[in-house]
Amino acid sequence: MSPKQKKTLYRIITAGVIYGILLIWSHMDSYAELIEGRWLEPLVFLVPFLLAGYDIVLKAIKNICHGQIFDENFLMLVAGIGAYGIEEYSEAVAVIIFYQVGELFQSYAVGKSRKSIADMMDICPEYANLETEDGSTEETDPDDVEIGSIIVIKPGEKVPLDCVVLSGESFVDTSALTGESVPRRATVGSEVFSGSVNGNGLLRCRTTKAYEDSTVSKILELVENASSRKSQHENFIHKFAKYYTPIVTIGAVLLAIIPSIITGNWAEWIRRACTFLVISCPCALVISVPMGFFGGIGAASSIGVLVKGSNYLEAVAGVKTVCFDKTGTLTKGEFKVNGIYPEGIDEQELMSLAVMAEKNSTHPVARAICDAANGIVTGKDKSITVSSQDESSASISDYTEIPGQGISVKVDGEEILAGNDKLMLAKDIAFTPVEQTGTIVYVAKAGKYQGAVVISDSIKEESIDALVSLKSTGVNKCVLLTGDKKNQAEAVVNELSKDIKKKHPGFIGKLIDEIKSELYPQDKVACVEQYIGELNGVGKVAFAGDGINDSPVLSRADIGIAMGSLGSDAAIEAADVVIMDDNPAKISAVMRIASKTLRIVKQNIVFALSVKFLVLILGALGFASMWAAVFADVGVAVLAILNSMRALKVDDKR
Amino acid sequence: MKKKFKLQDLDCANCAQKMEDAIKKIDGVNDASVSFMTQKMSIDADDECFDAIMDEVVKVCKKVEPDCVILR
Repeated sequence: MSPKQKKTLYRIITAGVIYGILLIWSHMDSYAELIEGRWLEPLVFLVPFLLAGYDIVLKAIKNICHGQIFDENFLMLVAGIGAYGIEEYSEAVAVIIFYQVGELFQSYAVGKSRKSIADMMDICPEYANLETEDGSTEETDPDDVEIGSIIVIKPGEKVPLDCVVLSGESFVDTSALTGESVPRRATVGSEVFSGSVNGNGLLRCRTTKAYEDSTVSKILELVENASSRKSQHENFIHKFAKYYTPIVTIGAVLLAIIPSIITGNWAEWIRRACTFLVISCPCALVISVPMGFFGGIGAASSIGVLVKGSNYLEAVAGVKTVCFDKTGTLTKGEFKVNGIYPEGIDEQELMSLAVMAEKNSTHPVARAICDAANGIVTGKDKSITVSSQDESSASISDYTEIPGQGISVKVDGEEILAGNDKLMLAKDIAFTPVEQTGTIVYVAKAGKYQGAVVISDSIKEESIDALVSLKSTGVNKCVLLTGDKKNQAEAVVNELSKDIKKKHPGFIGKLIDEIKSELYPQDKVACVEQYIGELNGVGKVAFAGDGINDSPVLSRADIGIAMGSLGSDAAIEAADVVIMDDNPAKISAVMRIASKTLRIVKQNIVFALSVKFLVLILGALGFASMWAAVFADVGVAVLAILNSMRALKVDDKR
Repeated sequence: MKKKFKLQDLDCANCAQKMEDAIKKIDGVNDASVSFMTQKMSIDADDECFDAIMDEVVKVCKKVEPDCVILR
């Protein structure tokens, strides 16, 4: 509790004790003799009344001076005065005390929940260990560290700025950024992002960005701005709140005057009117609805998904069509050796021949072959290791790159060729064409064909689960939009659907409903527009892409989802939802969070409104006391806040 | 120019909304948002008279919620 809240608490307790003593005393004879029915009675009850509620009186007076008439303090004060006017002193005090308790509890609950959301997003680094010229380190505010400075990150510390590792080795936990709990390896030359937590190694790094441009500030800014983009539900509440209080207040005035004139029973109708005033504050709604959305956004960010506004979270819940980009979204976007077809020799021998040819090339295909051979990247089912002896013992000479065809080198006097079918044809070597899609490297030694290596992009393992769970989360249509050739697009879809029966036996239907290939960025926009037209306003269209060439379509779709964009500014800028790690399965996860959030928000709206209207009606008919009215006001607010907190919890982190 | 300010003792969500509406009406303010959740306020206003605008902002906020302090 804050000092201010504690002070209020002590005040309420004191007022409560005095009130309790007065109540007990009022049943004794001495009370009846001394006080009852005399001018002393209102004065005696004024003591606990003012003790509990003097701040309400002060605020009400101040606000009237400022022209704020429909202010909850003023309305409470009027209700109190009203109760006094009809000689219900004890009830007036009780209502004020109860109201203050409710307000205090509400402010405590709000503070608590706000803090737990803030803690969840607490990825802000407090300091950086800046290395000075003499080699010692100094704790500095990350804001003051310049680009290119050298910082030291000790084990267990937060990475303060985006930087590149100069020396040291460690595992870095990026879960605060990506929701991915498996630590990433950081060695010399690897990039580490601010906001992640260093494991148990010491890292010495050179900073690559100033604090305000680094990943952590970008994310914090996004999350903080998210609550200012309001959803339809919030706008509704905002409008509602504007009219609700004046209407209820006018209702109270009419209720106090008209029936009283007719029946002549002023005391009774003023009492009923006071009940109205007590419930006239729309607080429960005004607090709990944005809080629900805020919790939902917090929950999403805890699994590594940034939602840029409540309005987008609302829209995500209604996604019916999802369009996917291929490379980098459903596939890994990196080239790997996916097939080895040796002829007359074994796989290892073929690979070492290929490596000897490709070793000096910087072409992505060559890199993929060398990586595979070094065991850094493994083949699809097995890893291939080429002993370094093979490579170093051989003397490689006469390295020539033949543009558009491949490479020729001489190893121990024998010519080795590695390249496409054109190279084989040009050199007049008989070869067996390979049917697998991808880039095919044919290898020949001393004029004799030795086999082929196929390099291709591979699908992400999560893609299948992602598509299956999207379909079960209410998405009707999944579409593949790609700039690649038709057969490559189809190959990816076949690859995805291949094991579907085994992995998800219960799944019926298609994973990808439509494939559109050979599209330019503007064609993708046209496709997305077509899908938006098809849905005709009932449901939203999302586009998920890696954000590099996709900015126009990301902004055109109802929901633009940028994938795998840790550190990529353009994608963060253009998209509405950013998935921090490459996992497409997060799309359905955020959809589930969004629907849950909307459910909670709707519950709050319906619950708060119905309780208020019920108490209004009962109050007008004389069945509800002022106590019930206070419950309808603050009690409902507290319950709605507690309900909103459920939005923060992620049910499953799939 | 866009600037952010922390708010202290912003106790009610309805007041935050009222403050936001009042700030938006000030001359020279292009956009403003008051977030009850993060207890922060961001103001986008003309450069040349930013300080004068801020004084005005403090004044209207005092009117709506006397307890709330803007940390400048």
